[in-house]
Amino acid sequence: MSGQASRTGAGRLAPPGSRHRLELALAIGGALALILVAWAVPWLRFILTIALAKGIAVLGILLLLRAGQVSFGHAMFLATGAYTVAFLAPSVPEVLILVPLGGAIALGLGLVVGLFVVRYRDIFFGMLNLALSMVLYSLLEKLYALTKGTDGIRVARLTFAGTEPPRETQEWLMFGLALGLALVFGLLVRAYLASPMGQALKGIKTRETRLEFMGVPARHVLLFAYGFSALMGGVGGTLVAMTSRHVTPLLAYWTSSGELVFIAILGGAGSALGPFLGATAFELVRVYAAAAVADAWQMILGAVLLAVILFAPGGVWGILSARLKGRAA
Amino acid sequence: MAPLLSARGLRLAFGGVKAADGIDLDVLPGEFLAIIGPNGAGKTTFINMTTGYLKPQGGSIAYQGQSILGLKPRAIVRRGIGRSFQLPQLFTEHTVLENATLAIAARAGLWSPWRRLLRPEWQEEAEALLERFGLLGVAHARADALNEGARKLADIAMAAALEPRLLLMDEPTSGVAAAEKMKVVETLVRVLRETGVTAVFVEHDMDVVARFADRVAVWSQGRIAALGPPAEVLADPRVRREVIGIETHA
Amino acid sequence: MTEWFTENGLLLGLAVLDGLAYAGLVFLVAVGLNLVFGVLRIVNVAHGSLFAIGAYAAASLGLFFAARGLPAWAGYAALLLAAALVGLILGPPIERLVLRRIYGHEESLQLLVTFALFMILEDVQKLIWGVQPVSNDGPMKLLGTVDVPFGEDVIPFTAYQLFVLPGLALLTLLALAWFLRRTLTGRVILAVTTDKEAAMAMGIDATRVTLLTFTFGAALAALGGALASPTTALVPGVGAQTIVLSFAVVATAGLGQIEGAAVSALLIGLGRSAAVYFAPEFEVVVPYIIMVAVLLVRPQGLFGVPETRRV
Repeated sequence: MSGQASRTGAGRLAPPGSRHRLELALAIGGALALILVAWAVPWLRFILTIALAKGIAVLGILLLLRAGQVSFGHAMFLATGAYTVAFLAPSVPEVLILVPLGGAIALGLGLVVGLFVVRYRDIFFGMLNLALSMVLYSLLEKLYALTKGTDGIRVARLTFAGTEPPRETQEWLMFGLALGLALVFGLLVRAYLASPMGQALKGIKTRETRLEFMGVPARHVLLFAYGFSALMGGVGGTLVAMTSRHVTPLLAYWTSSGELVFIAILGGAGSALGPFLGATAFELVRVYAAAAVADAWQMILGAVLLAVILFAPGGVWGILSARLKGRAA
Repeated sequence: MAPLLSARGLRLAFGGVKAADGIDLDVLPGEFLAIIGPNGAGKTTFINMTTGYLKPQGGSIAYQGQSILGLKPRAIVRRGIGRSFQLPQLFTEHTVLENATLAIAARAGLWSPWRRLLRPEWQEEAEALLERFGLLGVAHARADALNEGARKLADIAMAAALEPRLLLMDEPTSGVAAAEKMKVVETLVRVLRETGVTAVFVEHDMDVVARFADRVAVWSQGRIAALGPPAEVLADPRVRREVIGIETHA
Repeated sequence: MTEWFTENGLLLGLAVLDGLAYAGLVFLVAVGLNLVFGVLRIVNVAHGSLFAIGAYAAASLGLFFAARGLPAWAGYAALLLAAALVGLILGPPIERLVLRRIYGHEESLQLLVTFALFMILEDVQKLIWGVQPVSNDGPMKLLGTVDVPFGEDVIPFTAYQLFVLPGLALLTLLALAWFLRRTLTGRVILAVTTDKEAAMAMGIDATRVTLLTFTFGAALAALGGALASPTTALVPGVGAQTIVLSFAVVATAGLGQIEGAAVSALLIGLGRSAAVYFAPEFEVVVPYIIMVAVLLVRPQGLFGVPETRRV
């Protein structure tokens, strides 16, 4: 994509494509590294699959961050995808149907919720999302007959394209599916962010009035992003449910949304790679740190979040790209 | 000649302050109409009402013979009324080129979530636009890094990118350094004349008004106190005392 | 209707009494959040944690006093003392070391920073008080119960919840209204709330005002927690629930509206306790439904003033 502008000759003033090439190289390198780790350390396969699934959901947070908005309720879409799997797996065990279905249902919910929340900005946007996700949370918790309350639901056995492979193959399939979807959504988000709609999203952050006076309804621009992010939240949620095989209302609790936002900031909002860098770092550190300092785990996360915001606002991606660029120059 | 824009009996008060108290004003096709008057008289309010940002409490506004009252700003923009701002409204995290390209894309509705914003045909058009406004040199600077004169021009360029028939400009030269001022205005007038745009501008600098306006409307306490060619209006002793007198003190 | 009333009248009465007590607590927390927002322009997500820490501290201090053989009334002193201590110990460092760095930044970033504070404080609370339930209902038992006449029946209700909670909330509201309008410091706070730039231009020392306001707001959150502590067993997660609820109150009232918060606290308090008795599945949802309904009609909240951007 980066080469296109310069080839067509219109790129007289086009910025150099080094950043895009760096992104692509990192994405391919990262994917290969993940496969290698998943192969070498089998028990990490599970962790990495979850990280990729969450990364997909965090891509949605990233879109909203571009518009300067933080959603403290985005876990509601992840939970929607996850519960879709849990509810439907007994009757429709097919992974290749459940994943798009979970995404579609989350997209539907996202558009309905979006119609309401895109009328608000900043604090209200963040907190209304939080409130609505809490509504979902309490419904999941209280409607015991349907959801088994806080006990949650065990996900029934699943089929892959009609077959039911042995456990290890299943793990690989889930990992591969998560990785493939991560790449697909990563590319989609990248194209979207470079498009007029995606750029207008950044315009909402800086000068929404101007958008309106250019004849563009800012709410629709934000609604599109919100729907897209809900879709990715839903898809991420289906993968989380299929990998962990157990869903609980906690998936929708507002602190789970906070975790997604945390990952977005940790990874850095500057690139579609950020969410995956953040999610992998987050899940890996959690495995080791949570065991060692279970009681202070959140405290460490909080301190890291503060440090990243105050001292490294570009996140892991920001640090990485600055490093690599510095070396190339 | 049928007026392009026609306001009748416009009224709007903020608390007790009457920003518009029965305004009748016609804008003729192709003219440059300056609106002058003391601060707080309601000049910006007129632009805000015409562009749908504020709703008048009474009266009517017609554009090309059709009422535009009650339409949203974006609907009015799409009918061909553009505006620029006293405080330039640029996308500060975008470059000047990206700002201009966004404006050009907005003409097409901005709806592609797919193809690049910086596609060749738009980028070329944006560069041509910036060249006309003398901004090509700062095309890759971030919008918030520009000086005030360039920001004002970029703000107007974005309005012009939408190819309006009527352009409303709110103090296009305020905040621009004195040395730059005439250059900014000359650029503006040249570009606007080239494209045949009708322009209304709120202005405090009487030199600018005298040199570039076809007609001048004096806005005072929510009313049009005088209307006519600059030579005539600016020579009116009452206008000199009430408007220009206050200006020199301020 | 009459039939329904004879059947459910008592429940309704209980719901009203419960609702009033609950509204009192919610008001104390929400008004602190609102006061802090008014001056600092920051919605403090960690506000709920201050409520929780206030509650735990009050319970511990009360138990400590009782163990030392202090007279029973000292339990009430413990509630107030705990609130003041939490405000004074946690308020100033949070404001000075963290919040001060982000005044005037993007709102989304401010939310994130206070979210980080929330994460830290949640674990501080767990490290100090553990995850087992902590409770000290001494202050509530001491006052016993009152038989509230209700038609032909009586409803036995704890005097603490009947008088102390709504009474202290009302007292706080009156004292706050007096403080903000009649004292110099209060007027300064009010001036900063209404128009920060103008207040600065008049030479008001913003640094002092923000520090003072935040400490005071933190103490109010802790007071809410302290007063709530005798009525319930404390478990982790209280902070997370509280912030969401008090935001609902604040958003319903309108950001920065002090007296408005009292009205919406009543609305939400009564609404929630009605749900507790008549539709328990929806207990947690009711506050948000009220908030969403209000915001759909009035995006600036019941008492908020719509903001128009100058262009």
